[in-house]
Amino acid sequence: MGLKSLHARQNSLSNTDRQLEILSNGIFENGELPRFIDRIDQKLSPKKLEILQINMGYMCNQVCAHCHVDAGPDRKEIMTRKTLQMCLDICKNHRISTLDLTGGAPEMNPHFRWFVEESSTHVDDLIVRSNLTILTANKTYKELPEFFAKHNVHVVSSLPFYSRNKTDRQRGDGVFDKSIKALQTLNALGYGQPNSKLQLDLVYNPAGAFLPGDQKELEADFKKALLEDFGIVFNKLYTITNMPISRFLDYLLATENYEDYMRELVLAYNPTALENVMCTNTLSVGWDGSLYDCDFNQMLNLKINGPIDHISGYKPEINKRSIRVSQHCYGCTAGAGSSCQGALNS
Amino acid sequence: MEKTYYKPQDLKKFGDITNWNKELGDKFFEYYNAVFESGALTAREKSLIALAVSHVVQCPYCIDAYTQDGLKRGIEKEEMMEAVHVGAAIKSGAALVHGVQMMNIHDKLSM
Ligand code: SF4
Ligand code: SF4
Repeated sequence: MGLKSLHARQNSLSNTDRQLEILSNGIFENGELPRFIDRIDQKLSPKKLEILQINMGYMCNQVCAHCHVDAGPDRKEIMTRKTLQMCLDICKNHRISTLDLTGGAPEMNPHFRWFVEESSTHVDDLIVRSNLTILTANKTYKELPEFFAKHNVHVVSSLPFYSRNKTDRQRGDGVFDKSIKALQTLNALGYGQPNSKLQLDLVYNPAGAFLPGDQKELEADFKKALLEDFGIVFNKLYTITNMPISRFLDYLLATENYEDYMRELVLAYNPTALENVMCTNTLSVGWDGSLYDCDFNQMLNLKINGPIDHISGYKPEINKRSIRVSQHCYGCTAGAGSSCQGALNS
Repeated sequence: MEKTYYKPQDLKKFGDITNWNKELGDKFFEYYNAVFESGALTAREKSLIALAVSHVVQCPYCIDAYTQDGLKRGIEKEEMMEAVHVGAAIKSGAALVHGVQMMNIHDKLSM
């Protein structure tokens, strides 16, 4: 597995058209599997907008093998303060209950602290998706746990597994030990502790070409192992299905798992999960202010349908659009379903 | 005729068994699913037992299914291999313990 982004490797998949082509050809073209749009047999539309998910930039201190953002230290796409201000105005003027900050590593955006300070009082839930290792990276970032606690930030952290081997295989050597250290720091500040308002959730995604197991069972396993081995506590575990896009698509193709993985996703199609897919209550903002139905569509450069596709023109009416789908959407509807908030039918 | 007896995609057709005898097929799957629910043993422990037995009965479908089940449950490869060794040890032990029969017969018939 290369330690550089597809972008840096000039891999053909860094071209999103190429990804969409792969997702539309082959088994979806020869009739073996139904295209997502035919399978759902209806138009998918947003319901009430509850979550504004902001991608603050693709820069990251890690280069995880499965990353759907193709993030890494070489990525220079970073959201400007001007665009962040527009997001802030939307939170102030429209009732958005949840703000979900993601990246890359959102903490690496130079306006991150300013934005958290400004936005935390305007939403009920301010989520920061932190990869944990950034919190141990250097002096600047080491103060972040206290900063998070001060602003009542809801920390959602990826930890692929409760053992060193599986975590490091997916995320790189040394990631597990640093993540454990960061979790202990957060715990010491009250994060994840019973009766504390400081929420700490973990995200699990499978380390390979298979679907995640039952969210409740895995949560129980994680809680037991992390407590026994490291004295760590947390609130919830979200299981997330790896989407067949970007670096994970590259992995699927390179290991000849692509077709079987797509067959598994299609076979596990769950109509109940479709009711609650993330795009029905979330709007995703790209680093340059472009609007998408979700973070995955953002990575495929599928901007929202309709005349307004930039945050500068935001109007609540855009909620009447139809959502742009392709075969990667099967990742959201397989089994118990999957979203940035974990399984949909748990 | 097919070139191979076993095809991986046939595993997904297991449920079709009910097509030719719904009543017995349904009874089997109901029983099967109940067996694997958490009880006195956890679903995780049952999955590892199933993996070991799959090797003992040498069923490629079961090995495929319970390796995947283990991956989804976060069972480590070291745990999987130990389970397979437990199955192998019992199977080889079962063969070897019959050596006692051989010894008994040998000694009874020999002067
Ligand atoms: S930490 Fe997250 S954003 Fe960064 S490379 Fe890993 S998966 Fe991608
Ligand atoms: S991938 Fe995005 S657009 Fe497709 S179903 Fe999932 S959330 Fe909706």
